[in-house]
Amino acid sequence: MELPLLHLALVGTPNSGKTSLFNALTGSRQKVANYPGVTVERKEGFFVTPLGRQVSVVDLPGTYSLRGRSPDEEITRDFVLGKASGETMPDLVLCVADATNLRLTIRLLLELKRTGRPMILVLNMFDIATRRGINVDVERLAKELDVPVVTSIAVRKGGTADLLQLTDEISSKLAAELRENSWRALSVSELRATQREADRIIADCVSLPASPDTLTARIDAIVLHPVGGLIVLALILFVMFQAVFAWAQPLMELLNSGFDALGELVHNTLPAGLLQSFLQNGVISGVGSVIVFLPQIIIIFLFILLLEDFGYMARAAFLMDRIMGGAGLHGRAFIPLLSSFACAIPGIMATRVIDNKRDRLTTILIAPLMTCSARIPVYTLIISAFIPARDVWGFINLQGLVMFGLYATGIASALLVSFVIKFFMLRDYAPAPFMLELPDYKVPQLKSIAIGIYTRAKMFLQRAGTTIFSMMVLIWFLASFPQPPAGATEPAIDFSLAAIIGKALEPLLAPVGFNWQIAVALIPGMAAREVAVAALGTVYAIEGGKEAAEQIGQVLATKWSLATALSMLAWYIFAPQCASTLAVIRRETGSWAWMAVTFTYMLLLAYAASLVTYNVAVALGAG
Amino acid sequence: MTDTNDTRSQMPLGLAQRGYTGVIQHLSAREAGSALSDIELESRLIELGFVEGARVEVLHEGLVGRDPIAVRVDNITIAVRRREAMAIIVA
Repeated sequence: MELPLLHLALVGTPNSGKTSLFNALTGSRQKVANYPGVTVERKEGFFVTPLGRQVSVVDLPGTYSLRGRSPDEEITRDFVLGKASGETMPDLVLCVADATNLRLTIRLLLELKRTGRPMILVLNMFDIATRRGINVDVERLAKELDVPVVTSIAVRKGGTADLLQLTDEISSKLAAELRENSWRALSVSELRATQREADRIIADCVSLPASPDTLTARIDAIVLHPVGGLIVLALILFVMFQAVFAWAQPLMELLNSGFDALGELVHNTLPAGLLQSFLQNGVISGVGSVIVFLPQIIIIFLFILLLEDFGYMARAAFLMDRIMGGAGLHGRAFIPLLSSFACAIPGIMATRVIDNKRDRLTTILIAPLMTCSARIPVYTLIISAFIPARDVWGFINLQGLVMFGLYATGIASALLVSFVIKFFMLRDYAPAPFMLELPDYKVPQLKSIAIGIYTRAKMFLQRAGTTIFSMMVLIWFLASFPQPPAGATEPAIDFSLAAIIGKALEPLLAPVGFNWQIAVALIPGMAAREVAVAALGTVYAIEGGKEAAEQIGQVLATKWSLATALSMLAWYIFAPQCASTLAVIRRETGSWAWMAVTFTYMLLLAYAASLVTYNVAVALGAG
Repeated sequence: MTDTNDTRSQMPLGLAQRGYTGVIQHLSAREAGSALSDIELESRLIELGFVEGARVEVLHEGLVGRDPIAVRVDNITIAVRRREAMAIIVA
């Protein structure tokens, strides 16, 4: 007889090793999505027990209690109580504890027991506990708690065998395990009482070694040193940046030439016409221009996941908390903002580590101001065409200085915007206090990291990919229709909607020194910033012949004034020219409104910055 | 250790220097001036293990204003800003 699907839920405090247990149980059979209506990540996986029972297991957000003080924690509470909309109440709750650190989990478990759900306490990382000389009397613990207890070593092959066996045993008599739900929100005194009770049980069942873990203390002596810690952080960041820019480069070039070759192939196989143009210019080059960033995204997430697994992320937040706090940012916003230098998309996705809604939103809103790698082609093109490569003060390269200035302006304006948001927009929202567990260091687990990277990469390709695809179809359509009349000598683009829009926009953009060609280039540049470079190439190629397109920099130098070039640089610091970033903002905030806010404020900043730059430059004689 | 507690004066953990060790006497959220409500702050502190009788040690301090602080609470380490730590009365 086919057994019905068994629903499991993993509940535990942050850092309890819940996710590594989840990965051990399900391997790559995972589905990542969002809970309906909220931006909380829903991770579900599947496995089969030794007796052949199909199991679905949901990895619920980490929590210290069922009070539900954040959207994540509300999900955990509602899910366990069977109140989460569209979700099946779990048949069995696995309460996951770090065996080296039982205090907070036992308190959580005492609260969970009141929900009456059948439950197992999983003492994870039992090998580390044993090695440290922590002795847990498992039988006695189970008796005191009146809950089955099982040990597991999620990171070792077969380390979950006992858990699987117990799951089979219990799932055959679930009805007998079910109790009535008597849970209600705990008052402060009840909370205190459960912690006391937890401490009493731990004192009875767990013997701690005479000397605690010294490795973590020794690492922290350096890593959390007020000055030394910041130097270590800077070093880690330096390596990370190097990796993102240098290691990813060959792969990105490979992908790029791959897509070019594919486009070429389509060009040569298909007869000239709409289908050929659609596949080559719309689909392949458009989707290709996004997929090219995959290596950078993988490397960024490799670092983030490694540091998170190791236990360093909480330390980085600790070091940066006050430094960033001045601008109204939470310590945890540091890593997402850092990732945004590669690409705002993984940066915005990484804001999930910030549990406070306001702090997370502020970080999402300013992340696109960090100079992402897609701006680099635009910056490089304009700088090399207009800024002389001479040294200032004898040793600083002027071109490099301008590049640095562009990065610095991005950072400064991000801090300023955050400051403004803090004071004007979200003022009534209570700022989250910085209270964070600094977990003991652990050796990162390769399997866990591989699964993490795999799911992120898949998400990036699926979600951002579909958006980009539809944008590219739209842009291709604008640039291709209406078709030129028969016998027309001007280039096809002149008759297209894109040119009509470009010319219509020209009066609006004239005050900032942009001509209609720039306006046309800005439209495909909406999909991804660096596309504007190619688009400018196309537009000017039409006027100057094929030769000119290959030396677009030199063409620009003759067609644009210095003021226009500077204005364009200023524009690109701020302009919301990236459809996939906007799509990710819409997804992560769960709201079109915040996407619109981001788009509008960045556009206004871009226009203002260009207006000032252009007019100052003209006044100084660069017009 | 409990013998010496009687002679040591009580103080908020938020004022403690690096290297300080003591035992939590009680929580007094009202004095912290945190953005959180008293009940919320007290609940969160309890959930992170700050309960009466727990041994605390200030392990690390941040660079700016010696804030936040990393506190060993029995056998776990918690990072907390001094403002919130003012609610934890130690001796």
